[in-house]
Amino acid sequence: MPHLNMVQAINQALAQEMERDDRVVLLGEDIGKDGGVFRVTEGLWERFGAERVIDTPLSESGIVGTAIGMAAYGLRPVPEIQFLGFAYAALDQIFTHAARIRNRSRGRYSCPMVIRTPYGGGIKAPELHEESSEALFCHMPGIKVVVPSGPYHAKGLLLQALRDPDPVLFLEPTRLYRMIREEVPEGEYTIPLGKARVVREGKQVTVVSWGSMLERVLKAVGPEAEVIDLMTLSPFDAETVLASVRKTGRAVVVQEAPKTGGFGAEIVATIAEEAILYLRGPVLRVAAPDVTMPLPKLIDAYLPTMDHISNAVQEVLRY
Amino acid sequence: MESKLRELLSDAELLGFYEQMVLSREFEESCAEQYTKGHITGFLHLYSGQEAVAVGTTAGLQKEDYILSAYRDHAQAIVRGADPNRVMAELFGKATGICKGKGGSMHLFDPKLNFMGGYAIVAGQFPIAVGLAFAAKLKQEERIVTCFFGDGSMNQGNFHEALNWSRVWDLPVLYICENNFYGIGTVVQRASALPALHRRTCGYDIPSEKVDGMDVIAVYEAVKRAAAWIRERQRPYFIEAVTYRFRGHSMADPATYRSSAEQEIWRSRDPIPNFAKRLIDEGITDQAALDEIDARCTARVEEAVRFAEESPWPEDSAVWEDIYV
Ligand SMILES: Cc1ncc(C[n+]2csc(CCOP(=O)(O)OP(=O)(O)O)c2C)c(N)n1
Ligand SMILES: [Mg+2]
Repeated sequence: MPHLNMVQAINQALAQEMERDDRVVLLGEDIGKDGGVFRVTEGLWERFGAERVIDTPLSESGIVGTAIGMAAYGLRPVPEIQFLGFAYAALDQIFTHAARIRNRSRGRYSCPMVIRTPYGGGIKAPELHEESSEALFCHMPGIKVVVPSGPYHAKGLLLQALRDPDPVLFLEPTRLYRMIREEVPEGEYTIPLGKARVVREGKQVTVVSWGSMLERVLKAVGPEAEVIDLMTLSPFDAETVLASVRKTGRAVVVQEAPKTGGFGAEIVATIAEEAILYLRGPVLRVAAPDVTMPLPKLIDAYLPTMDHISNAVQEVLRY
Repeated sequence: MESKLRELLSDAELLGFYEQMVLSREFEESCAEQYTKGHITGFLHLYSGQEAVAVGTTAGLQKEDYILSAYRDHAQAIVRGADPNRVMAELFGKATGICKGKGGSMHLFDPKLNFMGGYAIVAGQFPIAVGLAFAAKLKQEERIVTCFFGDGSMNQGNFHEALNWSRVWDLPVLYICENNFYGIGTVVQRASALPALHRRTCGYDIPSEKVDGMDVIAVYEAVKRAAAWIRERQRPYFIEAVTYRFRGHSMADPATYRSSAEQEIWRSRDPIPNFAKRLIDEGITDQAALDEIDARCTARVEEAVRFAEESPWPEDSAVWEDIYV
């Protein structure tokens, strides 16, 4: 089986789905002729032509808004936003229309599209190029939020997202783009949305994470920990998390985003609502401080480290 | 022989233009080297080739005027008067940086110079410029707000909203479009319905003109005229400076989308040697004097690198600073 990095795995998924379904069109800034700023769409313009791999003017709101129109007409657009921080310029279209077309038309129109964007920190760029604001999108009903943690899952989740009847925000952890290589089957396969996976079984503490933090969690924790990769944040798989917490009686949630109002808070709240009687101690969050992402030199003081993670695990194991 | 340049400016001013362009170029080329060495990380957008726009524009303004820019902002800050040491330290992420080493290349600010920021979000600066101009007008302080931006940014909604508002409210905004023909790899003809960018303002009834952005004197003259016009009428004005960036979009960009023939044509229009030639042809200076300026700029940038290297890193606790009071 070929060893691919995440960029290659996503590229392959896009190509295969475009081959299979001619309704799939890609659009975004510099994705065509130039192959995309991270080269994720490399070769697709040559292969599928400028009408299906569309270079757009520089306008995020335009990209997403246009994609909504295309989707309502019956295409399956895949808008790319160059960095998650630039999606703020498109929030209006994402929140006020993409997420609501189905409900607003009482099910008569839908908006099947996948907004792809790199996200997250640790690539030595400041601020808006390292945002981890997934929770904003999870708060908005009507849009699914999917985060792969490696090449294999990126391909399977993306293929499933591309076939989903509703809008999906597909967040690609930038730090992992070329960091991890793993076996990725050449053929098609899908991984269901809305399902978490138990990456490693353990008996004493449940550690929940997603995206680029998963790689750190796996290095930071020992065999006592049951590690869960959420994969889909919205709607998230509460059952898998709760089943694990009921077994271990302890939980730590690790997110790379600032703490307040982060998606970790939702998981902790769900555990409090549904499994509090199984808990032996407090549920801890490992998160970034509530500040703007700084320049690289301060990144270690900002992003959760392996030490932060293992300290939190040791802390809950005291109970 | 009657000197055309001497009719416009003093020798000291002309040599000052030359020196600022060379300093900008040296600074940027040194940044490239520091990036390659790993001292500067992240996204680094260099200004080489476009110096005449920053220098000519800044010279045509007053100190009280505000300036905003995008992320290709080092030269604009330095030409405005920012200390090259502190700009370089900022790019290194050092505590002595102009923004304490937390903002980096794309977010330079210096309130003492009325330099209201680089903006990494393309077109983010437009409405902010309008707001500054509105405030200046309300407080009856005579100020022009100058907003630098690229050809690509004109396709964002922010651009159109800002143009409209600044005309509806008649605000003293000077729009300086740096048309270098590309937004990353997308050439202007593929992104703009009207590639003659200065003509796009007619929908907002904002007068505009196109100027040779490789000619520092042409830019200076246009900006000086425009600034006087704005001060008199308190209305927005738009200048499209046609220019070219000699390097890729950022250090990460191999710029394969531009033919070498195209690049050669623009290299031959390099604003620095062409201005040098003109200075010599018109008898304002000689090569030896220009060499001396070049050497001074090289030394100045070397000092900036040394300063950045020797400066301390920010403390970890700085992560918590400057969020709320
Ligand atoms: C909102 C937003 N979208 C996309 C980007 C990524 N990006 C950075 S610069 C750029 C091209 C801008 O081109 P132009 O305005 O012509 O300026 P130039 O780089 O030529 O100076 C793009 C797409 C961004 N920084 N912000
Ligand atoms: Mg440009």
